[in-house]
Amino acid sequence: MMHLTQLPAQNRFRPSAIWMIVPAIGLLAFFFLWPVLQLLTLSIYDQNGALSGDNYARIVSTPLYLRVLTVTLRISAITACLSVLLGFPLAYWMAGLSPRARSRVLIFVLIPFWTSYLVKTFAWMLVMGRTGVINQIVGAAGGEPLSMLQGEGAVIVGMVHGMLPLAVLTMLPVVTSVDMRLLQASQTLGAHPAKGFWLTFVPLSLPGLTSAWLLTFITSLGFFIVPALLGGPQQTFLAQLIISQIQQLLNFAFASTLSVLLLGATFIAWLAYDRLFGMSSLSGGATVPRSQSNVLRLVGRKILSVCAAVSQMIASAAEWILPAGIMSRLAPMYCGLVLFFLAAPTLVVVPVAFTSSSFLDFPPAGYSLRWFDLYLNSPLWINATLNSFVIGFASAAIATIVGGLAALGLAKTDMRWKGAIFALMLSPMIVPRIVYGVGLMYLFAGLGLIGTRAGLIIGHVILALPFTFVTIAAVLKNYDWRLDQAAATLGAARLKVLARVTVPLTKGALIAAFLFAFITSFDELTLAIFVSGGIMTTLPKQMWDDMFLQLNPTIAAASVVVFALALLLLLVAERVGGKKTA
Amino acid sequence: MGECADKLQVRGIAKRYGEIDALLPTDLTISSGEFLTLLGPSGSGKTTLLQMICGLVPPSQGRVIIDGQDQTDTPVHKRDIGLVFQHYALFPHLTVAENIAFPLEMRGLRSADVRTKVNDALELVRLSELGTRFPRELSGGQQQRVALARCFVYQPSVILMDEPLGALDRKLREHLQVEIKQLHRKTGATIIYVTHDQEEALAMSDRICLMNQARVEQVASPRDIYARPETSFAARFIGTSNVLAGKAEGKEQGPSVRCGSRSFGTQAHRFVEGEDVALVVRPEAISLRGEGENRLKGRVIETIFGGADVSVLAEMEEYGTLICRVNATSTTPALGEVVEFSWPSSAAVVVRR
Repeated sequence: MMHLTQLPAQNRFRPSAIWMIVPAIGLLAFFFLWPVLQLLTLSIYDQNGALSGDNYARIVSTPLYLRVLTVTLRISAITACLSVLLGFPLAYWMAGLSPRARSRVLIFVLIPFWTSYLVKTFAWMLVMGRTGVINQIVGAAGGEPLSMLQGEGAVIVGMVHGMLPLAVLTMLPVVTSVDMRLLQASQTLGAHPAKGFWLTFVPLSLPGLTSAWLLTFITSLGFFIVPALLGGPQQTFLAQLIISQIQQLLNFAFASTLSVLLLGATFIAWLAYDRLFGMSSLSGGATVPRSQSNVLRLVGRKILSVCAAVSQMIASAAEWILPAGIMSRLAPMYCGLVLFFLAAPTLVVVPVAFTSSSFLDFPPAGYSLRWFDLYLNSPLWINATLNSFVIGFASAAIATIVGGLAALGLAKTDMRWKGAIFALMLSPMIVPRIVYGVGLMYLFAGLGLIGTRAGLIIGHVILALPFTFVTIAAVLKNYDWRLDQAAATLGAARLKVLARVTVPLTKGALIAAFLFAFITSFDELTLAIFVSGGIMTTLPKQMWDDMFLQLNPTIAAASVVVFALALLLLLVAERVGGKKTA
Repeated sequence: MGECADKLQVRGIAKRYGEIDALLPTDLTISSGEFLTLLGPSGSGKTTLLQMICGLVPPSQGRVIIDGQDQTDTPVHKRDIGLVFQHYALFPHLTVAENIAFPLEMRGLRSADVRTKVNDALELVRLSELGTRFPRELSGGQQQRVALARCFVYQPSVILMDEPLGALDRKLREHLQVEIKQLHRKTGATIIYVTHDQEEALAMSDRICLMNQARVEQVASPRDIYARPETSFAARFIGTSNVLAGKAEGKEQGPSVRCGSRSFGTQAHRFVEGEDVALVVRPEAISLRGEGENRLKGRVIETIFGGADVSVLAEMEEYGTLICRVNATSTTPALGEVVEFSWPSSAAVVVRR
């Protein structure tokens, strides 16, 4: 099979295959790699343009920067741990469901995954604010109002809420691929179910757990929306410092230095991960352990056997105390709670948008459409919305075509550089967005692209490329290339084959890729902050500005628009794209 | 098989999934040291029965008694049974030795004892050199031997095997059949073996429990079930048979069955006159131009060389195709030749239709 399909493909398509990858490589090289690398050089010049290590000396000698770095690392690590811990039981439970039921539950993870961070964070402001949902309940119970915002707790809640879907989606393929019969086997060999779980299921899920930890940790490192809106000065993240260096102090060199610091932390995390577990476990599905060092393996087994013994004791005690019926319902009950935690805050936003009062109270005293009216009649909001649509469509179309061609080209070749190109295609997902934003701003300032639609479209194409590439590549992996060969033997020229056979057969993936690219662009705030130059506002940028200036129900109305659109597109993508998502 | 105490008793056990019966109420007794095979086509209920015995599936009704103790409600891990899975179910993250040590560690054995027992088990399946390997580094046959060692090492009261050789090719399967038989003899373990392969069942078992459509069709030794099937399903499923439908007949010239226009003599049978029955004659009982009391003429349509013997297929006028197996050294008839076949009445068994 391999030989039949690959040999002719190689001979026939090799020249054109490379041309298909060129646009993607060109875009990434010029608009992604180049600006990010430029940050490195920028950081070693002082403000007069002379080579110096002053910027780095400043970081080392100022306690503030080191403290911010520590806070960023600490909160990100806590977030990653909590996301993995809370998400693993959910993934385990989903793995035991029938494929149909699993894809139903998956929707409730995908919706929060694709919901804008702005909307999610805004929702937490409504829930945890001084007059928010929780304080309403506390007040009704006769308690003193709690002050929850402006603290580390609020930041961690908001960040875990943001990262949990990513953690679950990352570990799910690995957890699902673990052979459930091994659990049965451990029981027939005499292991208590709780013990068997720790001794077989957990170690086999480990690649998924660790890669989920790594991805959530790295994504958290670049966060600024949640700490800025839910935290206080003590919870300032590195990304916030970068923004203020640029927006308030216009100090590019120092902003670059901080970006390099963030990039460095990201790469160290990657390298440490590669050392411990190997990159290959990131690709998912692989449950076979690498030959790790014996010491590491023994320590791991010791830890697991302690966990196993403890959880067997707890489970045995629980069996004594709790009635038998409850035990089997614990898992679904827990998963229901987690899904509620994911969905509920966002749903609070919807009634607030329809309030008739001028305040953000929940539940609203009365209902009206006045805030939608205001939204629709405000040139500022409408302009921002239109911009978002135009930029979203343009960047999604370009990203789908460029990413699709690259996936096609890569699927048809067997070059030595395949792995490197694959890594390059995915790299915009790995480099923190804030770092990319700074680099792109510097590049665009020289090209006169600041504050233009074209500039934002280019940036969004880069961010969406990994998604479109992966979505289409996943479908092409199972594509039967003999169909293309059949079309060719029947007399179709190469472009005709593409138009009449390949594209129609991968239509679902193409539409899904387009929609995901659109949502990516429609939600995007980071680049907009840097590249819009205050002129070319998009919907997220407008929301962000308003959330700082003055909280008002118009933001809720805008949130409902963003949320409803993302939900609609997601459901359409699910429909046409089948199970190939994210 | 020294003592013949009942090791395992299954009483009226049944499983229903909604409207569908996976297993109708079934009784079965297995004595200590016995090798019993559950044989049947897929969907016959054999795996359901096995899973209820080991506790992975709770029965809808009935009891499971092991060593005189009612174990119906005992959870899997406390039941002291061993299960060899179809796809081995070796733990991929543990080495071969760690896999075999697993059940011993679950039973809290001292590590020195664990080590000796693991080494003994590895020796038993002749894998002493491979203890530090991971399962994925072994061949399919070696993996199955590890699974066997992991099961035999803790000497469970009953060992269940769920089509353990199903994933192996024919040569390896035959090799491992011998190995499992020898393990059985050496250890004196009580084994319940599930398979859909009738040759495997005939080769390995002390007794065969033949299952069909969620119930037991017949329980007997391999020899008995082959020579004296009780139903036409048993006759067709085990070995090759010529089956003629007919009605049981009177006793004037000894027991016989009327099939269409003719009547054939048979072994003594327990059916009353006029009852719907089937006549079963094994191909090797039929001879060409022989001396048997029952004779039929047919045109040879195919001859199949099988090494030691030759199968001759012939078209009978009234009774369809007949298959007869003759020694390869004798002369085989030519295609199209009309030959007379014959068999003694003592070789014809009457079964329920």
